Amino acid sequence: MAETTLTHIGRTGPRPAGWQGIAADWSSDQRAFKNVSWGKAMMWIFLLSDTFIFGCFLLSYMTDRISTRVPWPNPSEVFALRIGGSDIPLILIAIMTFVLISSSGTMAMAVNFGYRRDRRKTAVLLLLTAALGATFVGMQAFEWTKLITEGVRPWGNPWGAAQFGASFFMITGFHGTHVSIGVIFLIIVARKVWRGDYDVGRPGFFTSRRGRYENVEIMGLYWHFVDLVWVFIFAFFYLW
Amino acid sequence: MVDITPADAVPPAEVAEMELYHPHSWWTKYVFSQDAKVIAIQYSATATAIGMVALVLSWLMRLQLGFPGTFDFITPEAYYQFITMHGMIMVIYLLTALFLGGFGNYLIPLMVGARDMVFPYVNMLSYWIYLLAVLVLVSSFFAPGGPTGAGWTLYPPQAIMTGTPGGQDWGIILMLVSLILFIIGFTMGGLNYVVTVLQGRTRGMTLMRLPLTVWGIFTATVMALLAFPALFVACVMMLLDRALGTSFFMPAIVEMGEQLQHGGGSPILFQHLFWFFGHPEVYIVALPAFGIVSDLISTHARKNIFGYRMMVWAIVGIGALSFVVWAHHMYVSGMHPYFGFFFATTTLIIAVPTAIKVYNWVLTLWRGDIHLTIPMLFALAFIVTFVNGGLTGLFLGNVVVDVPLSDTMFVVAHFHMVMGVAPIIVIFGAIYHWYPKVTGRMLNETLGRFHFWVTFLGAYLIFFPMHYLGLMGVPRRYNELTDMTVMTESAHHLNSFISIMAFIVGFAQIVFLFNLIWSIRHGREAGGNPWRATTLEWQTAETPPGHGNFGKDLPIVYRWAYDYSVPGAKEDFIPQNVPGSFGPSREPA
Repeated sequence: MAETTLTHIGRTGPRPAGWQGIAADWSSDQRAFKNVSWGKAMMWIFLLSDTFIFGCFLLSYMTDRISTRVPWPNPSEVFALRIGGSDIPLILIAIMTFVLISSSGTMAMAVNFGYRRDRRKTAVLLLLTAALGATFVGMQAFEWTKLITEGVRPWGNPWGAAQFGASFFMITGFHGTHVSIGVIFLIIVARKVWRGDYDVGRPGFFTSRRGRYENVEIMGLYWHFVDLVWVFIFAFFYLW
Repeated sequence: MVDITPADAVPPAEVAEMELYHPHSWWTKYVFSQDAKVIAIQYSATATAIGMVALVLSWLMRLQLGFPGTFDFITPEAYYQFITMHGMIMVIYLLTALFLGGFGNYLIPLMVGARDMVFPYVNMLSYWIYLLAVLVLVSSFFAPGGPTGAGWTLYPPQAIMTGTPGGQDWGIILMLVSLILFIIGFTMGGLNYVVTVLQGRTRGMTLMRLPLTVWGIFTATVMALLAFPALFVACVMMLLDRALGTSFFMPAIVEMGEQLQHGGGSPILFQHLFWFFGHPEVYIVALPAFGIVSDLISTHARKNIFGYRMMVWAIVGIGALSFVVWAHHMYVSGMHPYFGFFFATTTLIIAVPTAIKVYNWVLTLWRGDIHLTIPMLFALAFIVTFVNGGLTGLFLGNVVVDVPLSDTMFVVAHFHMVMGVAPIIVIFGAIYHWYPKVTGRMLNETLGRFHFWVTFLGAYLIFFPMHYLGLMGVPRRYNELTDMTVMTESAHHLNSFISIMAFIVGFAQIVFLFNLIWSIRHGREAGGNPWRATTLEWQTAETPPGHGNFGKDLPIVYRWAYDYSVPGAKEDFIPQNVPGSFGPSREPA
């Protein structure tokens, strides 16, 4: 990508701060966000759109949950694991959440080392993030398997409202798909970093655009978003 | 009145020019092309082709309504399928795709002075996924049981039940899959349009110098990116209801004396999701039309647009307001009266920015040097049609008036005038306007005038009588009305009259298509700027513009898009990329 993130090249004088700066940027030519590259702008706007998708999913689930007249299964019991003879509520979800939040940490470190042009550390941290993401998906698969063996189906379950299984599989499935796609792209970006594509500006296989280390950060935006969405799913589905 | 920016005050380039993908073969140049202009033509051609299918479906419906009992092959099931597919194709696959995918792709990069969309590869994918969506939609005509007949709103529970055509066959599944694909494809394109407008403009092109066409398409795209998610979610959930037997939208229900497996879901939830998308969708179609018509009027009246800033803020305001009016489609769905009050109020508030736009169009015409070219004729027809359609919106926006009118032909007449005929008329005007840039030749004038008058007068002869039918109480979506007391003999005559007019107007569209194809080779040579317009797409080195749009250097913008008839200037228009001060411009400071 030829365009850069450099700001106010050749501009004279300092940019005004605060609201005046925002007004100046928006009334200027060429770019409304002066520090933002095309790829980053695109990712932010995509995430805004995706927020509406997850928002609609969660609102629909809540509507169904409050409008059904059949009792809702108790998440603390449904999502409990029997460890050492006692039921521990939400233990698996807690571990999953911990893993996913940790992966956000490694992602942020990867971005940091990316901007320092530290190829090795960046690639290793990206792969570590991908591994944590894959672990999350794996534990989700375990959770699905457990619930399915206990008789939870999209059209019904042994404990109450049929919408429980339907919403659970739909929302966690949609989120899990996001994580899986993220893992795939993390591996692709890690490979590009490892190979030095971003150092030499090697054109992409499909897009024939030259990649830059900023791609690591754009990847990170997506990853943090997927994390953040999980926090909301955790709160509204498991804790409610 | 402000002095024109001196040439040396244009800021330097902030970013290096984008690297273009250069095609190596015929395939990558014309088929799997990454050039927004080619993608625009692909979008437009596909949308037109599927639009012709929808036109034929409307003929079949009119055959049945105008001459009931004459055509045996139009069974009640088939009639519902025609209605459903006609509505869905026209709204989504024709209007949305043509305005945003067609005009958006062609005009945004040229008008903002960019080489191409910011991510050409993603832009290309957008078209191919759209094509896939269209093919899936078309395939439902050949699936067992035929396409879905659930009505274009696809309301559950009936949409996925046995009595509805396609409800328990493939029809509804293919419809939902096609919509999901469309939304994915649109998102890819839409992100491109938004980022290109925000971050990809040329030097000197501020947001307040954008032609209103770009403002309309840009705002509509932002709205689409926020509204389509609701439809996406609704489609996924209904697909699960149909395919896996979940009950998101399905209450406990008895069908043919048997209790279904479903229970506990909320059909109203679907209506909320659908209309949270559906109402913004009206403006996703209308805002590009507003923008384009502003430019047509200004160019062909040789006068600056009146109240440019008001026009911009009206577009943005309408876009924002349209997200808080959706439940006015649900007054008879069983809603708390306070909600009805709220949504009626917000609905009527939209009339304010809309009226600002209409006044400004009229004031632009006021004492203008009006050239009655074909694009101008269509633009004038749009103003009249939009006002007509908008006024009946006042009836339907008020709860107490809406309740007796809802689900009558009055509603059909209203939305066809305001979001059917009006945007389509703008599309025609825009095609007559920009065809010379796309092909280098003018469309045939005689055929064009014939097309205009038949379409314009014919549309009124079709849809005006429908208002009367609606006021008489004739319901919509009924294929057979012969035994109903509301159908007096004169109403039947009116129905036959409407049908005959529909055939005539449809025929005129075939003349138009012929004109489009014939003029590619036989039209009069247009030259680079036949309308003597100011915007950047008319200032390209080549016509049609080559790969990369502009020549070696990108244009630099020194003025707004509406410097027409500036006193002191040699010509009655000053292109945006011409520096210097000529006389008192009306560009806002």
